[in-house]
Order: sequence, then structure tokens, then C-alpha cells
Amino acid sequence: MLKNIYFRLGMISVIFTLCTLCALPRIPISFENAFFDVNSSLGGYYVSLLGGKYKLDLSELKEGLDIKGGVRVVLSADMSKVEGADRDKALESAKEVISRRVNLLGVTEPSITTLKTKDDYRIVVEIPGLENVSEAVNLIGQTAQLRFKVLKADREWKEEKFFEYFSDPTAWEDSGVSGADLRGVEVVLGEGDLKSRGKPQIQLRFTSEGRKKFSDVAKANINKPVALFLDQESSPLSAPIINPDLAEGVINDPVITGNFDFNTAKNLSIQLRAGALPVPVKVLQQETIGATLGKESVNKSFVAGAIGLLIVFLFLVYKYGKLGLLAGSSLLVYTAVVLAIFKIIPVVLTLPGIAGFILSVGMATDANILVFERIKEEIYWGKPKNIAMRLGFERAWNSIKDSNISSLITSLILFQFGDGPVRGFALTLAIGILVSLFSSIFVVRTFVQVLYEGIHEHN
Amino acid sequence: MNIIKYKWAYLIFSLLVLVPGIISLITYGLNLSIDFTGGSVFLYQFTSLVNKDDLKKVFEENSVSVENISVDISNKTIVRTKSVDADTSEKVKNAISQQLPDAKLLSFETVGPVVGRETTKNAFVALTWASIGILLYIAYAFRNVPKPYSSFRFGASAVIAMLHDALVVLGIFSILGHFHKIEVDSLFITAVLTVIGFSVHDTIVVFDRIRENLRKLPGNWGFEEIVNYSLVETLNRSLATSLTVIFTLSALFVLGGESIKTFVLALLIGIVSGTYSSIFNATPILVIWEERVMRKRK
Repeated sequence: MLKNIYFRLGMISVIFTLCTLCALPRIPISFENAFFDVNSSLGGYYVSLLGGKYKLDLSELKEGLDIKGGVRVVLSADMSKVEGADRDKALESAKEVISRRVNLLGVTEPSITTLKTKDDYRIVVEIPGLENVSEAVNLIGQTAQLRFKVLKADREWKEEKFFEYFSDPTAWEDSGVSGADLRGVEVVLGEGDLKSRGKPQIQLRFTSEGRKKFSDVAKANINKPVALFLDQESSPLSAPIINPDLAEGVINDPVITGNFDFNTAKNLSIQLRAGALPVPVKVLQQETIGATLGKESVNKSFVAGAIGLLIVFLFLVYKYGKLGLLAGSSLLVYTAVVLAIFKIIPVVLTLPGIAGFILSVGMATDANILVFERIKEEIYWGKPKNIAMRLGFERAWNSIKDSNISSLITSLILFQFGDGPVRGFALTLAIGILVSLFSSIFVVRTFVQVLYEGIHEHN
Repeated sequence: MNIIKYKWAYLIFSLLVLVPGIISLITYGLNLSIDFTGGSVFLYQFTSLVNKDDLKKVFEENSVSVENISVDISNKTIVRTKSVDADTSEKVKNAISQQLPDAKLLSFETVGPVVGRETTKNAFVALTWASIGILLYIAYAFRNVPKPYSSFRFGASAVIAMLHDALVVLGIFSILGHFHKIEVDSLFITAVLTVIGFSVHDTIVVFDRIRENLRKLPGNWGFEEIVNYSLVETLNRSLATSLTVIFTLSALFVLGGESIKTFVLALLIGIVSGTYSSIFNATPILVIWEERVMRKRK
């Protein structure tokens, strides 16, 4: 089927149209006259697939802190309970925990730095383009120290007294089991009775040692509650009654049930998974910040980049004539596909990311140049023009394949081992290389066949 | 055209660029920006729009080197500088309140580095693995080069040329850093990575043609002749490709924003070096190596 040139041309048009629709920012269209009254918009769609199971937010291209700015949260660490010598270390590990939380939240390319002024220990978290700021602040700022507590020996357990104990933190004492005994935490939807069915719950998974500790506690408290306290909060998250099965360890690890919605459950699970903060922190300030590279500088650079691409286009046309024109138009397809992929994944665009993109445009152009030079050579060696066209693509393929695979290997390794900006660069480079193979071989070749070799030869 | 004839001259030219750079790297190191070292941040609130140059002058009169100044919509101004001690910061604060009376200091802080040691270390680890990965891939992709030539030597030559380019960029920036105070910021790591990506890409295309010609050209051609023939054939493409990249980068360098100039300069130096090394380093090294092995066999 791929041999059929109509099919290929159709496929390219469909891909180009779809990707352009994905890549377009929201453009409002509204006009009113005697015949039409239109109030609509093009692009920037929000797509819901398979009955809302998959959601695709194409409303905007996500840009990183350096380009767009974002939110800055300054946290102050309370070091009053930490020895002077250990404070630097505590600050470092608090930073690590916070990075883990931010990463689990799915934020890409955050910037997290520590900051010291005399006796003040701070952590600055900068998150690019964030929607729900206060939720993020809550997520980052909590110590998330989970403790399992049991009723004090002098409190007699009666079911009627449950609510009295529940709201009285002094009724409980530490059981020795804590968040540190967990190996995993995830959000599940409740099963079983009507009350809990379909409600988000937090499934705890103990380490083998933690499970033993918990099971000892459970055995000593059969038919009594064990309460889960988070941080210094006065009422427990939940206080399940231990039934005999759980104490014997025959049923699964415990779940925390409670009246939380899915987001609360998710954030709580992130906090528990990322580990507790070694020191309590409090939020000093949260503010929106401008692009670190400077808006003006970013705008200027975008214009400069566009001018650069235009020069490349003119150069290709100057050097290869009509072929160059075709290569130039394939760059349009290339840009639409890449932007669409950036939006769908989504990729947070930072300056290193744009560098990866520019490099991949260079590689896409290089593939075209390789083919065109080869065509020139084949003609020089005496091949008829239409055969030279075909041979040019076939024989340049080896070089194109090898050079692009090696670049792909480089980008995969950089993505695997690098962090932060390096990953952003590697990701856009890898996407760019894959798409450039499609555009410079498949698209340009189809165009060339249509224009030079005649459609009939191929049907 | 006989390019390979002067192979030693090309390598010596490379050394002339590399050696001063390496010496500078060892003695002076790189001039790291506060992205790497941490520094001080002054946050000022102005009642009206402030002239960045005036503000910068005040800092520099008190011998504090300013990293960057950014102003937001509400005239909140962030000045990032090298680490400043308490005495100097007092001097600066006084000078500013005298010369720019509508300035209100909101905060003064010392910040840690944006690019942690981890990031730099990880970048080096990644570079090492990338070198190994590329070496293995070329050794595999070129496995059918006719005997007695070895695909491993193709791979190794490409990797040597690639490391050469990374070192050229590092070396030149070390020299620029010492004599022209050009600083290396977090984007520099990306620039070096881009350069190595381009370098290998460029080299492989040349090697590919050598491989093709090894099979195609008559058996009485020597290795050096075949390599030279291939180089001349691919010269047009090498120059055309590099020119397109250099066009884009030059446009960015001349017209682009101030904050990415260093980054673009690093890329420009690296791409020029990458083009040079594919033709004048990777290939001569391969020729010298293959011929030495052949002479030993005889």
C-alpha cells in the first residue's frame, strides 16, 4: 500500500492536517455580518478519549521557567531541633525529599535550590507554569510524618467511645510503627461495602520488617483501633479497628480510608512515598516569577531563530533549486509534527530543549542535503535524471540511517543518565531525529516522485 | 585534490588549539557563573522604571560583579551577583539608597547553586556512556568493512574526534573566561552535548562514504587514496550542512537575546570544530592508524 503514491500523499496530508490542528494555539474566530454570525475558535483543543479515560490538553505548549516563568515558593526550615553540625545535611536531604515530591507530581524541569542567610535555612522551589498553586504548596510544605498510634493503656476501649477518642489526641500513644516502615504507597479505589465502594483509599505496603512490626502491634490490639496520625495534626487520618484476620496477617496490607477526594489521596500518597521531611518547613512566600532568561531576550531569540531558518530555506533553494523548495516545505510538515508531539506528551519547552530542536532541524536538513548531493553525483556519473532521483534516496539512506541512529543513541543515553536541563535537551533531540527521518525521507521522497517521476510510473 | 596528504599538518593545527586550552583548563579552570557556584541576590522594589545600566554601575563601583538583572511588571527588580560578604553588601546597599533614592530593598539573600554537583557529574557520566555507546554502534554498523580494515578503528576515530570537539569548546571557554571574563552558565553543559551530537553525526557520513568506496573502487587503490577520494566526494555536503547550522546560529548570535549569547557562541565554536574534526581529525587518525596496523602485519 505504501508503494501507492496516492495513498502516501493522502497519508501525509492527513498527518499534516491533524498535527497542525494539534499544534495550533487557540485562535478565536468571531465575526458578524448580514450572512454569518460566527463565534468559534480554532486550535488549542481539549480532547477527551474513550469516555474520559484519556484526556488530551492541547490548549498550550508548555514552556519552562527560563522561557515563561512560573511560581516560586520559598520555604523556611525549622532547625531548632537539629544540631548545628547536622543542619547543612538536613537541609540537603529536605531538598531531596521535596524534589522527589515535585517529580512525583509530574512537574518537569522544576528548579529546587537551597539558600542560607546566617541562621536561616531556606529551600526555594520554582515550578514552571502551574495551575493549582496552593495545592502544590500544601504538597511541598508538609512534613508528612506518618505515625501509627494505639490507645494508651489507661483508656478502656468501647465502641461507643470511638468518636470521643477520635477527637482526643491525648488518648493515643506511639506504637513504634511509622511511615519509615513503608516500601510503597498507592491510591486505590475502594471495594466491598456500599460506603467505601469507589472511594479513593490509600493502600500502604510495608517493608518485610515493617510488616512484622505492624503485625505485632495488630496482634496486641485485636478488635481495637489503630490510629494513623499525619504530622502534628490533632485528629487521625483514620482509625481502623483491627480485625482478627488482619492481625494474623492473612489479608492484605492495610488501607487508609477516609473522606478524601482523589487529589487529596494522591497528594498524600506522594508525600508518603517521597518520604518524610527531616525538618519541618513553613511557607515564607509564594509568588509568580518572570522568565529567568528575560522575556525580552526570549522574544528576540525566537525572532532570530525564525530568521535563521529562513536563511537556511533560501540557501537550500539557491543551492538545489526546486528540490530545495520541496525540502523547505517538508520542514513545514516537520515543524507541525514536532510541535504536535511536544503538546501531546507533553514536553516542557526550555532553552536547552529548543537547542535540541534546532540541532534536529540541522540533522533533518542534513538528510536532505545528503540525498540531493547524491542525486547530483548520480547524474554526474551518467544516470538519467529520473533514475538518479530514485538512486539518490536509496544510496544516501545508509549514511542517513547510521548518523541518525548514533545521534539517537546519544540522546537516549543522555536522557537516561543526565538530569534537569540535559534530559530536556535529550528528549527534544530524540523526538526531532525520529520525525526528521519521516519528513526528510518519506515526505520529501513522495513530493519528489509526484513532481519528477510522474505518478503513472508508480501505479 | 589531495586532502589527506597534509594529514599531520591538520593534527598539529588541532593540537595548537587544544594544548593552550588544556593548559588553561588545568591552571585557570572554567569561569563558572553563579548557576554553578551560588551567589547573592538583591531584591529591590522601585517606584518607577529603573535603568538597568545605572543600577549595574552602582554595584560595579563597589566592585561587586553583577550576573544579571531582571525587572518584572511591578518594577520588582532582582539583581544576581557573585557571593558578597556582609561588609560589601552594606556598602552596596548604602550606595544604592543614596544614588537611587526610590529603591526599597525587599530582601538580600545568599543562594545555593542552580546546577548542583550532581548535574555536572551526571553529565560527565552520560558523556562517558555515550562515547561507549557510539563506539559500539559504529563497530556494529561498520562490521562489514572489507578486511583488513577494522570497524572498531572507525568507531574509535569518530569518538576521538568527538572528544576533541568537546575539549576545544571547554578549552576556548577556559581561555575566554580568564582573559575576557566570559562565564560558563548552566546552558553551557547543553552546548557541549549538542556539539558532540553534531560531531559524531558529521563524522559518520564521511566514514559511510569511505566504507562504500572501499567496496566499489578498484582493488589497486591504496587506503589513503580511497579515503581521500571519499573526503572530496563528501566535501560539498559537509560544507553545505555546516553552513546551514552556522547560518541559524549566527542569526541567533547577532540578533538573539543577551542571555543566550554565550550559549550560542559555545555552539558556534563547537560546530566549526565539529566540521573541522570530521574532515581533518577523524579521517587522518583513521588513515594513520590503519596504515600503521598494516605495516606491522607486513
